Amino acid sequence: MRELEYPFDSEEILKRSKKIKRKLLEERADFLDKKIAVLGGSTTHDIVRVLELFLLDQGIRAAFYESEYAQYWQDAMFDNPALEEFAPDLIFVHTSNRNISRFPGLGDSAEQVEELLTEQYEHFRVMWDKIEEKYHCPVIQNNFEYPFYRLLGNQEAADLHGRISFINRLNEKFYEYARVHTHFYINDINYMAAAYGLDRWADPLYWHMYKYAMCLQAIPEFAYNVSHIIKAVFGKNKKALVLDLDNTLWGGIVGDDGVERLEIGQETPMGQVYAEFQGYVKSQKEIGVLLCVDSKNEKENAIAGLQHPDGTLRPEDFIVIEANWEPKSKNIVQIAKDLNILPDSLVFVDDNPAEREIVERQVPGVAAPQIGSPEQYIRVLDRSGFFEVTRLSEDDRNRNEMYKANIQRQRQAQDFGDYRAYLLSLQMQGTIKAFEPLYMARIAQLSNKSNQFNLTTRRYTQTDIETFAADDTYITRYGKLEDKFGDNGVVSVVIGRQGTMADIPAYQKRETVSGERGDVLHLELWLMSCRVLKRDMEYAMMDSVVWACQDRGIHTIIGYYYPTAKNGMVREFYGQMGFEKIAEDDTGVSTWRYSIPDEYQPKNTVIEVAK
Amino acid sequence: MICRERPDSGTMEDVMSREEVFARLNDVFRDVFDDEEITVTDATTADDIEEWDSLEHINLLAAVEQEFGMKFNMGQVVSMKNVGEMADIIISKIG
Repeated sequence: MRELEYPFDSEEILKRSKKIKRKLLEERADFLDKKIAVLGGSTTHDIVRVLELFLLDQGIRAAFYESEYAQYWQDAMFDNPALEEFAPDLIFVHTSNRNISRFPGLGDSAEQVEELLTEQYEHFRVMWDKIEEKYHCPVIQNNFEYPFYRLLGNQEAADLHGRISFINRLNEKFYEYARVHTHFYINDINYMAAAYGLDRWADPLYWHMYKYAMCLQAIPEFAYNVSHIIKAVFGKNKKALVLDLDNTLWGGIVGDDGVERLEIGQETPMGQVYAEFQGYVKSQKEIGVLLCVDSKNEKENAIAGLQHPDGTLRPEDFIVIEANWEPKSKNIVQIAKDLNILPDSLVFVDDNPAEREIVERQVPGVAAPQIGSPEQYIRVLDRSGFFEVTRLSEDDRNRNEMYKANIQRQRQAQDFGDYRAYLLSLQMQGTIKAFEPLYMARIAQLSNKSNQFNLTTRRYTQTDIETFAADDTYITRYGKLEDKFGDNGVVSVVIGRQGTMADIPAYQKRETVSGERGDVLHLELWLMSCRVLKRDMEYAMMDSVVWACQDRGIHTIIGYYYPTAKNGMVREFYGQMGFEKIAEDDTGVSTWRYSIPDEYQPKNTVIEVAK
Repeated sequence: MICRERPDSGTMEDVMSREEVFARLNDVFRDVFDDEEITVTDATTADDIEEWDSLEHINLLAAVEQEFGMKFNMGQVVSMKNVGEMADIIISKIG
């Protein structure tokens, strides 16, 4: 929604939040429901009110638990039936420098300051550990912002007794914890306060009047920032940047002005602005953002522009380059298809408001930020948090290469008459195993991101995934796929629970089931990344699940299909796998049975899988 | 409409009348409480508007500040008793 896109009018959001919420709820129906506990060290009322809006705008409908005023620590540490019953999917600890109970005294020795540092840190550390042990859910924790005054003036940061020194050291301890706890995320309010302007942010009126850790007007930017972490944790990040060329990646029109007259590089101030922007875009690749071009240009001119010696981006940095005279909205739909992702994963970057408008209207879900003038492009994109990084993975850094390899595969497929011959030519090698520690994060990520090839669309946190892996009533399988063009990484996940036929009605109601262990396998989750569609990976997964069942003496597998707005492609999936439909209700939930034959013939014949 | 010295003529533009202040306050109240039925008077207090609790009060003051391009200081926030007093402070700040 325009009102909530960066740069937004914070005061309007605060004033009209009720109206905005009503509109958001009317506009769409396919929300992801999540429960979020906000444990505050200061007032949280308006923070929750505005955070709710930004989450709704990103497709997440949150139910909130709010601690009583400043009860964050007590709420987490002691018996708390209300919070336990709430069973949060995520806990946000909203503390600030007002919650540091003691700062160094000017007479303290270095050792005493060190002790105090440990004491303040431990106060938080024991709480985080308690949360992890009790609630098994991701935690977002604010770091500390700088105070609004400096007793020691410019030495406040250098002198061990200074509050800024103390806060910097305490923050560093928080970061160390974050580096080794994968479900623990820092919300960087120190950066937010600086970006907003510390004097305005820390206006003491709001603390003394209302016990807010920041001024009311800063709350939308604050809430927006934390909403980025939340939606990233729940798999709602965008995936690709689709860029215009003329006056977006360089100054001038390449077709009219010629490559040599484009503004890019160190010669002119405007050239420098574009060069910096190209550098920013190029580094997006490193965090796993897919780059594409959608430009009204002759293809050869587009390529020539991208080969400008003073530019940073090269044609090979892009996965798809659509440079033609078709409407950009049409090109962008094609790009989504080529990448095998949904249009709502795309961010369209174009200097021309009219083009942005057309794309936003014609292709619902595409983000088309108002990027302003060239010197503002980076800030607007950066602050919009489209690609919020929660954890950098090898996969992220290689993602562009993987998608490029995919497009090569598609091209090659066109040269083969016989599809099986094509699949064999890919020399595919699969690894299919029970969940392993190395891949827990990726598996959780997939469960939150996969919408299309996903039979039950059950979302899991990494802790859930680890719990399944450790529980032997479950059969878990992840699948990795490599081929001659590259490694696709982990692309498929199956989770099955050993139960009895009596569990079926509960599963049909999409409930979480934990009945008696029996000799029937209920498939709670089966998903696959769309980048390996039509590669027979699903057959290889099926084989592996069947073999696991045989080892345990299971003869019956029950699969469930829960329809969503996005998973129509797998409505008949179990039928294709040889299951028999045994029930279907009027909401479209269907139930499928597979009786494992004595002589099971492996279904996969094209992927080499180590058994 | 905000009263200010006209740089060209040096004469005062018409001072915003109490009625105008109330008309604009009324709009702000309707926005904040999302209720088109609200009409505020001098004597209106938090007791008269169901949703006007201490939490919404913060938001209301911020919206009033935005509307009139002024800021209440802490003393004023603490002592303000009803909408009439709120209007008086606004007029004293922008008049």
